[in-house]
Amino acid sequence: MIKIVKRDQPSKAIFFFTPVLAIFLTLVAGGLIFFILGFKPFEALKFFFIIPIADTYGFSELLLKATPLCLIAIGLSFCFKSNNWNIGAEGQLTFGAIVSGGVALLFYEQEGFYILPIVILAGAIGGMLYASIPAILKTYFNTNEILVSLMLVYVSKLILDYLVVGPWSNPEGFNFPETRQFSDSAKLPLLFEGLRIHAGIFLALAAVVISWFVFYKTYLGFQMKVSGFSLKTAKYAGYKGKKMIILVFLISGACAGLAGVGEITGPIGQLHREISPDYGFTAIIVAFLGRLHPVGIIFASLVVAITYLGAETAQIFMQIPKYTGQVFQGMILFFLLASDYLLFFKIKFIGSKQ
Amino acid sequence: MIIDLNFVGLIIASIMASAVPLILASCGELITERSGVLNLGVEGMMIIGAISGFALMTVTGSLIVAVFGAMLAGVLISTIFAFLTQTLITNHVATGLALTIFGIGISAMIGKNFVGIPGKEFPILFESLKDTIPLISPILFGHSIVFYFAFALPFMTNYFLKKTKIGLIVRAVGDSPESASNQGINVRLVRYACILYGGAMSGLAGAYLSMIYTPQWIENMTGGRGWIALALVVFSTWNPIKILIGAMIFGGLTIIQFHMQAIGVRIPVQFLTALPYIVTIIVLVVISRDSRKIRLSTPSSLGKSFHKDN
Repeated sequence: MIKIVKRDQPSKAIFFFTPVLAIFLTLVAGGLIFFILGFKPFEALKFFFIIPIADTYGFSELLLKATPLCLIAIGLSFCFKSNNWNIGAEGQLTFGAIVSGGVALLFYEQEGFYILPIVILAGAIGGMLYASIPAILKTYFNTNEILVSLMLVYVSKLILDYLVVGPWSNPEGFNFPETRQFSDSAKLPLLFEGLRIHAGIFLALAAVVISWFVFYKTYLGFQMKVSGFSLKTAKYAGYKGKKMIILVFLISGACAGLAGVGEITGPIGQLHREISPDYGFTAIIVAFLGRLHPVGIIFASLVVAITYLGAETAQIFMQIPKYTGQVFQGMILFFLLASDYLLFFKIKFIGSKQ
Repeated sequence: MIIDLNFVGLIIASIMASAVPLILASCGELITERSGVLNLGVEGMMIIGAISGFALMTVTGSLIVAVFGAMLAGVLISTIFAFLTQTLITNHVATGLALTIFGIGISAMIGKNFVGIPGKEFPILFESLKDTIPLISPILFGHSIVFYFAFALPFMTNYFLKKTKIGLIVRAVGDSPESASNQGINVRLVRYACILYGGAMSGLAGAYLSMIYTPQWIENMTGGRGWIALALVVFSTWNPIKILIGAMIFGGLTIIQFHMQAIGVRIPVQFLTALPYIVTIIVLVVISRDSRKIRLSTPSSLGKSFHKDN
């Protein structure tokens, strides 16, 4: 007999175990899907999860994809911890990239050590500005932040499209929808010869350290935790709710904006139509899979980054559409949420008594 | 200048046609939300409906199988959401997002073999009456059965919620699951049913897009309509009749966009495309500003999990 019993307290061990369980279940379900599609499941999973990162180049690509995911997810964890549903990080990334790209274009064919910091800062500010829209509408007009931040994603992509096709398009670019190449001083330096991994990874690592400090060592972190747990308690304790909402949105906007900077000033070095393969949405999964914990998010970003690489490899070798990556991402989140049940409930196996 | 009444009628009809998927999905989501469940997976369920309808139509050749199959696909995919949020008591927002991401992925996976295949002609009703009365005829006649169903749906939904016993139960579950449960109502069962119904309507909305509105399969062809449908529910303050008004406004914005391009208005096309999204935000702000009104009309337990201990 199986009996389900409520736990007295959520289990801490299971809190960190369930993400691993979720990944395992995703692999099982993924294998099953491949089997249904007529592939050998183990071979397909090998193409998806092992081959892409088997060499140095692959590992560099993994870090390249994990960098924006980690950066955005860290920012989102500020929002999610305090019960603010910013799901428009993709838009904040895009707008951050637009602002920083615009600044980089201002310095076209100029060199100087001061250019890169300005370009990076511009990206962070762009992301913050864009995130401030849902934040202000939520705090002062009581507007649902989920829908507003999401609608703004579509708007930002159309703004980008307008700019790279129209006023900012490369005059010598044969009407390709892209801007001029940024000058070298406006680009994030590549770390190794022949690999695409760039200095943006340090931005992500800095975000990890800072967020850990804020979450666990500051009063603000405590306030966020309390507000996330119960808004009523936070109000009772006299926390300035509105200020905090705006602050966490600005932080997550800045992180997403910086991720945007990394995407355009890294290996690509120009603005073009599709700067992000939905990193902003995928980072939501990363944030949850990492349990909104800075260290957890590092691991989660690496795991989820593999789904991007795997999808590309599978597309080339198995002619499976690259959207398969999204199927895996959705499944990870499903299984993670489902296994949370074990946090609050125990499953007891009782031998039949009769 | 002589205004061609038939032309005006055709424009209004095209606005109505583009409002159909929004009405269907919004009315479905409205029932789900009225039972206290916030399902953000509308976009995912819609795209699953779109590919299922198109694929079934191509494979079986039967339009009826395709339409009902798309609804069934919506039901099946929403079962995942229902099981997670109701049985395993997961967070509604996160689960809905997962559903959308998963749905877009799965639809593209299935749809791989259906890109570039032409659609079939969907039969229209009252075709012979199409040219009888100027202005009125193009609006009233010559549309698909799904079109007529969509415009009847808000009224049926309104009747269901206000006048039927089951409708009352749905509202009771959404406004106070505790007292409903004390009255002996199976809250979980009601919510399951409302979620699956929402899935069916989103599936139908998707099928309308891929089989009737633009009869073909394109990856990501719902293009955010599922999210606009969600916004429409807020816009309507959970009143089905107002969904009709909202959907017409958004349908209008989509159609005006095409006509302004055709006339050659010198506004960047991207701005016109962005218009529905921007207007959604503005409308949401205007509606939500009155926090008291929103609080009164929002189902009290919306988005909150309910768990009855044993």
